[in-house]
Amino acid sequence: MYRSPNDCIRQLFTICFPLFTGLFFISLFIILISCSSRDKEVTVIKFWAMGTEAEYVTKLVPEFEKQNPGITVDVQQIPWNAAQEKLVTAFASDNTPDICQLGNTWIPQFSSLNAIIRLDDFIAESKVIKKKNYFAGVWDTNIMDSSVYGIPWYIDTRIMFYRADIFREAGYENPPRTWHELKELCKKIKALYPGKDKYAIYLPTNEWNPFIIFALENGATLLKDNNSRGNFSSQKFKEAFNFLTNFHREKLAPLGISQVTNVYQAFVEEYFSIYISGPWNINEFKKWMTGDMANKWSTAPMPSKAEDHYPGVSLAGGSSLVIFKDSKHKDESWKFIEYLSQTSTQLEFYHLLYNLPAVKEAWKDSSLANNKYMKAFREQFENVVATPKVPEWEQIAFAKVQQYAEIVIRGALTVDQALADLDKDVDKILEKRRWLLSREKEKE
Amino acid sequence: MKDSYSYSYSSKAAYFFLAPAVIAIFIFFFIPVISAFIMSFTDFDIYALGNFDTVRFIGLRNYVQLFEDPLFWQSLQNTAYYVVLATPLSITVSLGAAILLNSKLIKYIGFFRLSYFIPYITTLVAVAIVWRFIYHPKFGILNYFLGLFGVNPIDWLGDPNLAMPAIVLMSVWKTFGYNMIIFLAGLQNIPEDLYEAASLEGANEWQKFKAITIPMLAPTTLFVSIITIVSYFQLFAEPYIMTQGGPLNKTLSIVGYMYQEGFRWWNMGYSASISFVLFFIIMVVTILQFKLQKNRLA
Repeated sequence: MYRSPNDCIRQLFTICFPLFTGLFFISLFIILISCSSRDKEVTVIKFWAMGTEAEYVTKLVPEFEKQNPGITVDVQQIPWNAAQEKLVTAFASDNTPDICQLGNTWIPQFSSLNAIIRLDDFIAESKVIKKKNYFAGVWDTNIMDSSVYGIPWYIDTRIMFYRADIFREAGYENPPRTWHELKELCKKIKALYPGKDKYAIYLPTNEWNPFIIFALENGATLLKDNNSRGNFSSQKFKEAFNFLTNFHREKLAPLGISQVTNVYQAFVEEYFSIYISGPWNINEFKKWMTGDMANKWSTAPMPSKAEDHYPGVSLAGGSSLVIFKDSKHKDESWKFIEYLSQTSTQLEFYHLLYNLPAVKEAWKDSSLANNKYMKAFREQFENVVATPKVPEWEQIAFAKVQQYAEIVIRGALTVDQALADLDKDVDKILEKRRWLLSREKEKE
Repeated sequence: MKDSYSYSYSSKAAYFFLAPAVIAIFIFFFIPVISAFIMSFTDFDIYALGNFDTVRFIGLRNYVQLFEDPLFWQSLQNTAYYVVLATPLSITVSLGAAILLNSKLIKYIGFFRLSYFIPYITTLVAVAIVWRFIYHPKFGILNYFLGLFGVNPIDWLGDPNLAMPAIVLMSVWKTFGYNMIIFLAGLQNIPEDLYEAASLEGANEWQKFKAITIPMLAPTTLFVSIITIVSYFQLFAEPYIMTQGGPLNKTLSIVGYMYQEGFRWWNMGYSASISFVLFFIIMVVTILQFKLQKNRLA
């Protein structure tokens, strides 16, 4: 049968028209229903959390909802490795949640975006959240221009994971307390395996943290001129950088990172005996070091440069809770943050996920106080500091510090050349910041 | 009379039906492209997201900086390596599969056509995750098979020299089905009498393939190679899911670098300039291919 185009169109209309009108009314109906359900005066707080934290925090929500009738918490999970992208995109499209978990190195970015609010007024009236309840170094990471923008939720830092049995073999009963001791110990460990492809310490170039930790311990200021220029060729930074890269040059640390596809396996096989890492690895190490290996590893705080300053400095890491500017339920959100900051909730969360509690009081609990791996962390948290609080820091650390560490270790540039180049690159990244600062000055 | 009426009616209807698409393309394609082009001459960054006041026009500085940027060259090199490795491989495999499916010797052609095409319609992210398992140095099925022949476990995605070939292998497997269908259509358009005539002259299969199939498929091959190269230049999701650009930035593609600059470090202006360099490269490659093809036909 022949059909004219006319017929086809008519047929299309007869099918599509009822279909679309039908869809239109159905969606209208759904919108109406969802609007009317809001009238029951239930406040819904949207809480974005990351990875496994999101999964487990839902177990803490029912208790909060029981204590606070009329508030429900809607937890949404966002993956760690896309979290930042998602958050900034949400901000750009005005779709931010009420509360969010933020890595505390991101606070500078989001406060300079003007996306999150100052919490000083809330803290002043709070019975739960007080500055003195927290480790000073961690609390400081949440401060921008002397205002608090985030409340520490759980914390982390980097310390030494080491093979106690190898240390003993090398003649050391205790972990090294100073840089000098660390170096001597590494030499002795290396000497245990003459001619073999084994090393003392693992300092991979895809982790910028040790390079910054040792520099900070040496008293280096990483950025200068009001954080608007790189200061990596300063004497202090150079000294620490040299100290660290010498481990690679003297074959005390393996050169490449591709040889170590599995850190834990390599640790089991004595490929290296010291690894600088954080609490997220405790369970991994427990998983790999089983059987008679279980007692052969331990943790220790970072060594210091001078004997009398032990433990040496490390980085204040972890996640904070922030409230977004566009939130319509700031008071309710604060209530939820307070709930998560109670000692009991903090401990419960620790037992669920082994994320270290931010509240000092929780550390007195036997589950933490009697844990032999936690002792080193407890000690270390007394001496942790923040990285420079500029939005560009992440790019500087991940893209530049790592890149130049690798260049130096592979011998492509000398330390002096590499650090001068690093400064040049960092100055380029910070150009906008210098311009903004000079503009501010002109206004005054 | 009736004819002219229905003609004008249907052309109006055509515009009416086209309008949503045209409007959508204008809003979601042309406007973003133009704004990205403007953005590539600014230093739009994270400060600008917070306060639009801080945007500056900086002329060609992004482009100048780009050409001094070692990471940009690295990503360009990686992408070129990927395209050079994957395009011929993909075309060979898809042409081979198409010829097999076009032969009269094979039964259940529908089944094979479908099973070769399935990878193409499967979500790339899901495929990439599955292939990450396949490549796993310890538990991966690929190393298991190689192990049966006494090959030591290979860390496919962790080795700087192997990571890109591993990604090539996966994406060829993923995309050859689409090219295969196009080749199949091209093969079916070759008149049967050409082959019959060649057979009468005593040509063997290889001679027929060389003298009839390849020249007759030339337009199809041009089309396939252009779309393949264009899509391969935009390599992104495979390394993003499987290696995050590592190891040692050896799988960082141009689009990956653009994404990193734009959505990790929020240098949107810089990122936009990368996208226009990529646009320019793809355009040049396409024009070159057209020129080459014309010369060959002439």
